[in-house]
Amino acid sequence: MDAFAALREGVRQLCQRFPASYWRDCDRDRAYPEAFLSAMTEAGYLAALIPERYGGVGLGVMEASVILEEVNRSGGNAAQCHAQMYTMGTLLRHGSEEQKQRWLPDIAAGRLRLQAFGVTEPGAGSDTTHLETTAVWDGDHYRVTGQKIFISRVQHSDYLLLLARTTPIDQVTRRSDGLSVFMVDLREALQDGLFVQPIETMMNHETNALFFDGVSVPRENLIGEEGQGFSYILDGMNAERILIAGECLGDGYFFIDRATAYARERVVFNRPIGQNQGIQFPLARAYAHLRAADLMRTQAAERFDQGEPSGEEANLAKLLASEASWEAANAAIQTHGGYGFAVDYDIERKFRETRLFQVAPVSTNLILAYIGEHVLDLPRSY
Amino acid sequence: MKILVLVKQVPDTATKIRLNPGDTAIQTDGIKWVINPYDEFAIEECLRLKEKAGGEVVVLSLGPSRVEEAIRQALAMGADRAIHVMTDAVIDSQVAARALAKVAQEEGYDLIVTGKQAVDDDQAQVGALVAVELGLPQVTVVIELNVDVESRRIRAERELEGASEIVELPMPAVITAQRGLNEPRYPTLPNIMKAKKKEVKSVPLDSLGVDTTPWVRVEELTLPPERPAAKILTGEPEEAAKELARLLHEEAKVI
Ligand SMILES: Cc1cc2nc3c(=O)[nH]c(=O)nc-3n(C[C@H](O)[C@H](O)[C@H](O)COP(=O)(O)OP(=O)(O)OC[C@H]3O[C@@H](n4cnc5c(N)ncnc54)[C@H](O)[C@@H]3O)c2cc1C
Repeated sequence: MDAFAALREGVRQLCQRFPASYWRDCDRDRAYPEAFLSAMTEAGYLAALIPERYGGVGLGVMEASVILEEVNRSGGNAAQCHAQMYTMGTLLRHGSEEQKQRWLPDIAAGRLRLQAFGVTEPGAGSDTTHLETTAVWDGDHYRVTGQKIFISRVQHSDYLLLLARTTPIDQVTRRSDGLSVFMVDLREALQDGLFVQPIETMMNHETNALFFDGVSVPRENLIGEEGQGFSYILDGMNAERILIAGECLGDGYFFIDRATAYARERVVFNRPIGQNQGIQFPLARAYAHLRAADLMRTQAAERFDQGEPSGEEANLAKLLASEASWEAANAAIQTHGGYGFAVDYDIERKFRETRLFQVAPVSTNLILAYIGEHVLDLPRSY
Repeated sequence: MKILVLVKQVPDTATKIRLNPGDTAIQTDGIKWVINPYDEFAIEECLRLKEKAGGEVVVLSLGPSRVEEAIRQALAMGADRAIHVMTDAVIDSQVAARALAKVAQEEGYDLIVTGKQAVDDDQAQVGALVAVELGLPQVTVVIELNVDVESRRIRAERELEGASEIVELPMPAVITAQRGLNEPRYPTLPNIMKAKKKEVKSVPLDSLGVDTTPWVRVEELTLPPERPAAKILTGEPEEAAKELARLLHEEAKVI
């Protein structure tokens, strides 16, 4: 039996109260799924990764990945859950005891929303170390100046975890040095030089351009050591990839569940369309790829939770799962024919949503570049 | 207050029922098993009573080893511990009631709560029979329950056809829950994790010393006949309406 059967069942029961129509309405209105997030918070799921001594449940990345998978499999979208669950990882690993006491219990209880993470910039997309937003110490405060783009959930978050340059790139030996991580209080920042410009996207995903004009951040909001921020972000990547892989798998299984049900029911030429190999085989193939990705996700999560190196497995899992979910999406929309494009069937919405995973939080080419360089020992390609 | 809640594991209501010729029970491979929905109302009510009055909620279930999954779900909702009467045998309501009553007697209780019926065979007998076995007052099909722990009195509203009835009775008693009694909670993550460590005592049915000869034997089980293909009336609305009236009167014989 699946070791996570009870966990899956628990998440499913909660998700049943938020049927596809709930997500359709959110999508149509571009609304934040507040009621769903409250329910997930109250049931403790979003505190899964926070240790018990800070009011969380103290589970591993495996369980967290399964929780997000089930949300997506139900027809929902786990993006906001993922953010509240995981953005605190950097604080947990590198924050001082005082900072953890200050923020983690509130995050665990959902009283404090830490759902925004600011890395990407217009001038430095995949090439993170070239980011240009600066945080300069003025003797009293850090002053943040610069621009970020595609920073999600800022309008529904209390804090933003920000990566900014504290030492100019020409004064460091390695370009990955001199970057620092801050907890930015968004309510204060909005009164103090932060401007938020929403960006419309093809799915219901609140994301924004941010303009910082000398926003002040107190020293006690610097996480870990000044200048070490990039390594803090990097060492959270593996867990993030495993969580994303879970979300992809959930989407993939959603598409297979829906498409197979539809293919059994829909009769054309006096036979269920699923009887045609042209419909059946793409679904079978997508399912096979999902299961393979699922194994890689499980292996990555087990290694991660046992404290073993998991960079290879986490990257492979994210690559395979995001491609498998997309393959399943494509097979599902084809299976549904015209109905796949009708909003009430949910396929087009999930189709739009699952495509994101090949670009954000990290695009496929950068994953391949990692595998080429760090696993296959080929020359660095970028 | 000590509350026993009787929980049955049943096939998910969305299950496609499969039978082979000559079967006297449905094919169970590949079935998804769930807690009987009416028992969920019972569990919820017990948890609310416990939250108000203190004490413990003990889950009591009967059946093969797969039933443990339902038990763990009840524990994840917040029940404290469980007793699993283990048997692979096919048993009827009478045997089930005897076995459950025997365990209840050994365990002790202030209240016994269960669903008004199980949605597998829909017999609606076990709750009532347990009350008979234990010589307890009972109230079935309850949609509102008030328990006064001080005076040990229960006031319950039960659903009748087109009416409702208010009943008062003393504790201990057997209550069976109807839909509408409450909205069952879903388990929380901390409770799901705790449920893994809660005590589930396994008791073989044979060790109880109750008579397990069934009173009822299933002779035959068949699926309902396939519905004939729908008839679609075409033509002018006036003609079609006339034809519909005729069919309803002469063929379907409903008007
Ligand atoms: C809906 C949405 C939400 C987002 N939310 C957040 C957020 O909350 N916080 C945040 O910080 N960011 C967020 N992002 C940004 C996201 O992480 C970036 O879009 C992503 O990392 C890619 O960066 P880019 O868009 O600048 O693409 P670019 O870096 O411009 O890349 C464009 C394309 O070129 C490819 N490419 C670039 N360099 C190479 C190379 N050397 N070799 C091969 N191929 C290459 C890339 O793989 C990509 O396919 C979000 C993005 C979206 C769309």
